[in-house]
Amino acid sequence: MVQFTLPKNSKIRTGKTWPKPEGATNLRKFQIYRWNPDDGENPRVDTYWVDMDSCGPMVLDAIIKIKNEIDPTLTFRRSCREGICGSCAMNIDGINTLACIYGMDEIKGDVKIYPLPHMPVVKDLIPDLTHFYAQHEAVMPWLETKTNTPAKEWRQSVEDREKLDGLYECVMCACCSTACPSYWWNGDKYLGPAALLHAYRWIIDSRDEATGERLDDLEDPFKLYRCHTIMNCAKTCPKGLNPAKAIANIKKMMVERAV
Amino acid sequence: MADVNRGDRPLSPHLQVYRPQLTSVTSILVRITGNALIVAALLVVWWLLAAATGPEYFATADAVLRSWFGDLVLFLSLWALWYHTLGGIRHLIWDSGRGLDLKSSYTMGYIMIGGSVLLTLFTVLVI
Repeated sequence: MVQFTLPKNSKIRTGKTWPKPEGATNLRKFQIYRWNPDDGENPRVDTYWVDMDSCGPMVLDAIIKIKNEIDPTLTFRRSCREGICGSCAMNIDGINTLACIYGMDEIKGDVKIYPLPHMPVVKDLIPDLTHFYAQHEAVMPWLETKTNTPAKEWRQSVEDREKLDGLYECVMCACCSTACPSYWWNGDKYLGPAALLHAYRWIIDSRDEATGERLDDLEDPFKLYRCHTIMNCAKTCPKGLNPAKAIANIKKMMVERAV
Repeated sequence: MADVNRGDRPLSPHLQVYRPQLTSVTSILVRITGNALIVAALLVVWWLLAAATGPEYFATADAVLRSWFGDLVLFLSLWALWYHTLGGIRHLIWDSGRGLDLKSSYTMGYIMIGGSVLLTLFTVLVI
């Protein structure tokens, strides 16, 4: 359901301003969303000052520095620090992206960081992705076959393999789905851009033999058709993929098989 | 569905923090103009109904629609009509599987905004 305002327990208070590092001359201001499940209080936005002369270039470098040197309770996910694991997805400067590959030189003014939008918060910048992963599983993201397994591998022509480019690179960071207003309002039933991109990746795989069943499963007023081509998904994808195009191609296949 | 809100978890901010994009703004405007045009259509129907009812009632309705406020509403409705039409054309192009890359989507967004203004002014000049 569409609800423009935040629920009562989610309204954001002004938080603490942490002391500036001593002796630093090149300071940058960070405003970061905090929520602690243990203190029973509403979320707040804390202010930190980071010395840019002793900090790496990416947003992740800065929040790791804050955790190491200013506030060890700041909580976030991170792993590979090179945009391949998808862990450090968060809302930075008003768009969803991966903190590890988003340069601070791309941001004007203060750096504002929130968790991925419209998600239940576990703590600070960590959203609960349980439902998001369940939706990924629901599109059967694996090869479905009916014919006997070949002696060696399932063969695929170079041309058919090229159809998977721009799809297989998805790292499931959830930036696209949580940028989508349709997913905000109907995320319980609408699969969202990430799961649908994966659905399409298997639908057009020449080796897959469950194309009909996959399309049958998406033939539903909510699962697929809540996409209104708002394009926030494609605009925000840190890997430069285009879920909106994949979804449009699924819709097109639905029409083509019906007429 | 998995239990996604164990322990009264807060909902992270969404509209409050997400920066409006050209594509998202042009998209929601298609919906807003579409709904506004329903109201505009009712106004025109009211005007026709008044004409069918009698000269006195028509004079009242006509005066309302020709007042500066009525003029403004109809002028904005004219823009809404052009904008919504261009939005519909953009959806037809998208439905054919074309123009879905970011660059084309942005170009079409600018065309919708600029085109609807130009077409509105052109219509006013012609009428």
